[in-house]
Amino acid sequence: MQNNYEAVFIMTPVLSDQQMKEAVDKFKTVLSNGGAEIVHEENWGLKKLAYPVNHKSTGFYQLLQFKSAPELIKKFETELKRDERIIRWLTVSLDKHALEYASKRIQRLSGQKAQQEAAQTEAKAETKEQVAVEQENNKEE
Amino acid sequence: MPEQSEIRYLTPPTVEIKKKKYCRFKKNGIKYIDYKDPEFLKKFLNEQGKILPRRITGTSLKFQRKLSVAIKRARHLALLPYVTDLLK
Repeated sequence: MQNNYEAVFIMTPVLSDQQMKEAVDKFKTVLSNGGAEIVHEENWGLKKLAYPVNHKSTGFYQLLQFKSAPELIKKFETELKRDERIIRWLTVSLDKHALEYASKRIQRLSGQKAQQEAAQTEAKAETKEQVAVEQENNKEE
Repeated sequence: MPEQSEIRYLTPPTVEIKKKKYCRFKKNGIKYIDYKDPEFLKKFLNEQGKILPRRITGTSLKFQRKLSVAIKRARHLALLPYVTDLLK
């Protein structure tokens, strides 16, 4: 039996980007080795905490949504607990409404990403056009 | 005996019309309250970061329960403060 879960954890801000990615990869391998399927992941980057945790006022947030057997969760949480890089974590199971919301959220985020990329490519195209026009103008002069 | 109609006001008295409170989750068809969205959850907190009662927000009991769980999850993840002054 596989259930849907969502985990959010906060890593200490002293890590470099590389170290942070390593930490995330570690927990992803823990999940995939246990037979879980990672549906979605999000990195929220360095965020300010609402109150200090372990004398830290910021932290890297990471979200993982996955399908797994319920037995794996305990193992996953002990791994989180033992890791010194993790300062907070929360694992919740998703019911049908939460699942619907999560899929909508994923769609919305991917849509935003696509839009941003499209805007960037458009901007690039525009700058190219501008450059071309300027070059032509220079020729005419 | 003066009749009631003889009482006249310079400005017409304002009759307070009570606006009926409603549950915004039921009205908008929201079925799941996301704990990852602190800006939305802040609408249901007072300035000290306490959860507002149902009699003020008009939320139905079903969603007040879900709301309180979502707010407590957000607090655990340091997305919302447990105690504060001047949240808004």
